[in-house]
Amino acid sequence: MAATATREEIEGRVSEALEEFGAEPGSVNPDATFESLDVDSLDLVELAQIVEDEYGVQLKGEDMEGVATVSQAVDLVMSKLG
Amino acid sequence: MTRNVVITGVGAVTPLGVGARTLHERWSAGQSGIEDGFGRASEFEPKEHLSTKEVRRSDRFTQLALAAAREALEDAGWDGDPPYDPDRAASVIGTGIGGIGTLEANHILLRDEGADRISPLSIPLLMANAASGVIAMKHDLRGQSFGTVSACAAGAHAIGMAERIIRYGDADAVVTGGSEAAITPLATAAFRRMDALSDSGISRPFDRRRDGFVMGEGAGILVLEEEKAARERGARILGYIRGYASTSDAHHLTAPEPSGRGAAKAMELALKDAGISAEDVLYVNAHGTSTPLNDRSETNAIKAALGEELAAGMPISSTKSAIGHLLGAAGAVEAIATLLALRDRIAPPTLNYEEPDEGLDLDYVPNEARPLPNGDARAIGLSNAFGFGGHNAVLCLEAS
Repeated sequence: MAATATREEIEGRVSEALEEFGAEPGSVNPDATFESLDVDSLDLVELAQIVEDEYGVQLKGEDMEGVATVSQAVDLVMSKLG
Repeated sequence: MTRNVVITGVGAVTPLGVGARTLHERWSAGQSGIEDGFGRASEFEPKEHLSTKEVRRSDRFTQLALAAAREALEDAGWDGDPPYDPDRAASVIGTGIGGIGTLEANHILLRDEGADRISPLSIPLLMANAASGVIAMKHDLRGQSFGTVSACAAGAHAIGMAERIIRYGDADAVVTGGSEAAITPLATAAFRRMDALSDSGISRPFDRRRDGFVMGEGAGILVLEEEKAARERGARILGYIRGYASTSDAHHLTAPEPSGRGAAKAMELALKDAGISAEDVLYVNAHGTSTPLNDRSETNAIKAALGEELAAGMPISSTKSAIGHLLGAAGAVEAIATLLALRDRIAPPTLNYEEPDEGLDLDYVPNEARPLPNGDARAIGLSNAFGFGGHNAVLCLEAS
């Protein structure tokens, strides 16, 4: 649930999603860039949907602008959770 | 200067297995890929052929096309990028319906869970041009790329367009063919509602008891190249696309014109395009759907195009007797089956053919493969493909 999600949990869920999208298991870490993971704009729309399902936060296209690494994506979710 | 079009590689995923030669060998041996009234590509496991990302990013019809394309390109000896200026390499892939499995799954989500729940990948997966676009991306083909949509003639139309692109000089190589994955609840029910599917679940083209087609799925991909360029790079040449023609019945949304007028015209024009006379044709790979209407009108068309006498002595067989009807993939898979049959100088059989029907009196090569005449004669054949909408597309192939 949103109120109890820790950074580790969110990072774990985001990493799991990126691996489902086809990123090499083991290559996903906080500093990994989406470019290096071959994660593109269509993947990020799916990621936003997963985050919304899991944590109840809405990520819009403009929110994702400038988000280039796994840790930046986790930061964004954390900030939305307040 | 004439630009001839050669076939340098073939690939197929069909109900008879993965691989173009597998299709040829198993069909020629009289094996059937039809089980429980469907021709499923059950030996195809997407993850064995595609990356995780490719599997996620493609409907089954595109997955089948990608696997067949990889086989065809390896067969052609392409190692990674095209052995041409990428701007001179193209991709033309036909389909009857495209990603209908994706469409149906997302429609269920839309209905049951709401508009926010459908996949953002829905459109790029279901669009009928997805296979041509994805193949172009994967193999760096930067020339023309598009899909052909003409129901069950789409695969043959794609190959015909590809042949024209090379002959006209717009490209030196085209990856082309057809793909279909429409064994889905909606498509199956819809074909059944229009009484097109076989109630018996048996594909028996030209037999008196035929009662409709059996749905199949799969893909067939060919690598076509301009002959001179192919020879310069030392390619092995499997054969030639000698001629192509396409006509329209302009008659009925689904039923073929009974006399076979449009189909006959397409066969005649394909031979004319090839500069080949009917006497030089050794084998006809029929559209042969196992529907009461097609097999009768196609028999009439073959007689009209070749003349009664030549038609009477012509080995004619239907690949659909072994794999069912692959819809938009059929024309491409059957062109490959025709080429490989011609290369082996063999007429593969029409399976399940036991009881002749009145007026359907040609040589349908029942149940057992038969050698074609050997000797010095060129190995030339026709491959027919006709589609709902009255589309007729015919390819004239020659094995080298």
